[in-house]
Amino acid sequence: MTVRVYDLAHARAGDKGNTSNISVICYDAKHWEFLERELTPERVAQAFKHIAKGPIRRHPLRNLKAFNFVIENALGGGVTVSLAQDIHGKSYSNVMLAIELPDPK
Amino acid sequence: MRNGIRIVSNMGAANPLGGARAARKEAAELGLGDVAVAVVLGDDVSSIVKHRPELRLIENGEPLESILPNMISANAYLGADVVCEALNTGAPIVLSGRVADPSLFLAPMMHEFGWAYDDLPKIAQGTAAGHLLECTASVTGGCFGWPGKKDVPDLARNGFPFADVKADGSIVIGKTPNTGGRLDVMTCTEQLIYEIHDPTAYITPDCVLDITGVALTQESVDRVRVEHARARPATDTYKVNVGYADGYIGEGEVSYGGIDAVERAKWAAEIVKERLRQQGFTYDDFRVDLIGMSSLNGQVDKRPEPYEVRLRMAGRTGERKAAHAIGFEVRAMHMHGPGGAGGACEPRVRDVLAVKSVLLPKNMVNAQVVVEGSL
Repeated sequence: MTVRVYDLAHARAGDKGNTSNISVICYDAKHWEFLERELTPERVAQAFKHIAKGPIRRHPLRNLKAFNFVIENALGGGVTVSLAQDIHGKSYSNVMLAIELPDPK
Repeated sequence: MRNGIRIVSNMGAANPLGGARAARKEAAELGLGDVAVAVVLGDDVSSIVKHRPELRLIENGEPLESILPNMISANAYLGADVVCEALNTGAPIVLSGRVADPSLFLAPMMHEFGWAYDDLPKIAQGTAAGHLLECTASVTGGCFGWPGKKDVPDLARNGFPFADVKADGSIVIGKTPNTGGRLDVMTCTEQLIYEIHDPTAYITPDCVLDITGVALTQESVDRVRVEHARARPATDTYKVNVGYADGYIGEGEVSYGGIDAVERAKWAAEIVKERLRQQGFTYDDFRVDLIGMSSLNGQVDKRPEPYEVRLRMAGRTGERKAAHAIGFEVRAMHMHGPGGAGGACEPRVRDVLAVKSVLLPKNMVNAQVVVEGSL
């Protein structure tokens, strides 16, 4: 059994230069520890390996029941030079939300 | 303006003085008379950085010299201090060029309450509020809704946010009444983390903000209290965005539908690539998307096949002709590619204005205020 990040959290992606940052925010604070344990930078790197070279850093925001993932070399060089349709990588939150994790139950 | 409301904006963009003249003309035409505009100048640092080729580009560590020959613009993100100075002139409108987004909101607080940069708890609260407001409706339900999961009422009429700020630095974010959208802890959390990297060190020209202690509390409908933002003193540099010409991007699109649509689109892509190769064109970067499958998040081989796909090919190159050839060859798939192609677009070419950044010591920048019109 697995659970998706989507089931436990919401997310928004932002851009700065060639770096994407994606917030992951628990609907319920009780899932924060589970995500801290399972949604590791390594697992996120695996999900983004076809999109971003990395590195990927995870910043905990316990106060906001959230995490901030900072993914470098992720935006085709940055909004002004990227060949992508989604030059800002706004749709990258989709990739984060689709990551499957072992069921917490 | 008749209600005594003052306007602060960075919509002076690349030409704040020209923006001020346009605003004054517009105000006169609206019957508001001679409206003074305080103009914030000094963000254009191109004449300064061109004598500093040794400055390091933040993105790749190379010297600025590497892009100087193609430099088109260089603008420093100015801070709240000079915007506050502009407000102190009494002009009803303040127009600036490049100013950091949160600073535009912090400046009126500093002006109204007399906050100084060394009053860090208040500067922190004001900067956090500015960051929450800077993307307007992104904190009131825009860029947020998800049917059945994160519903947003009446999103077509979503309202803009505001902050109720007190002199002691207490902040409540609110939403204009009788509008759609939503403002709650969820929308505020998404916006608070938006475009922040290290949450203990969000560097603005005014301070280094730490949001790891921030508490967001729903106070009532569409009202969220923001507490416990912290900050350290500002750095001694401004971030400068340097724009430079970096070749061209060319692109083309054509659609395939029905039986074997995906296979024909992939075949077309290979034909286009081969024809570009035969003509000797090369590209610094090249990309093939199947819109409907992989244009946003990639991994075409893992996606289910839709009824129709739109092939999109794009490349970046220093040669305009090579950029144009992409769209030309994609359009030729109508007549010279796999069967049943439809709806190709005209070849598209655009100039690339690339951006990289440097840090410039603040004491080298001459941020100043000029008033257009009489006070």
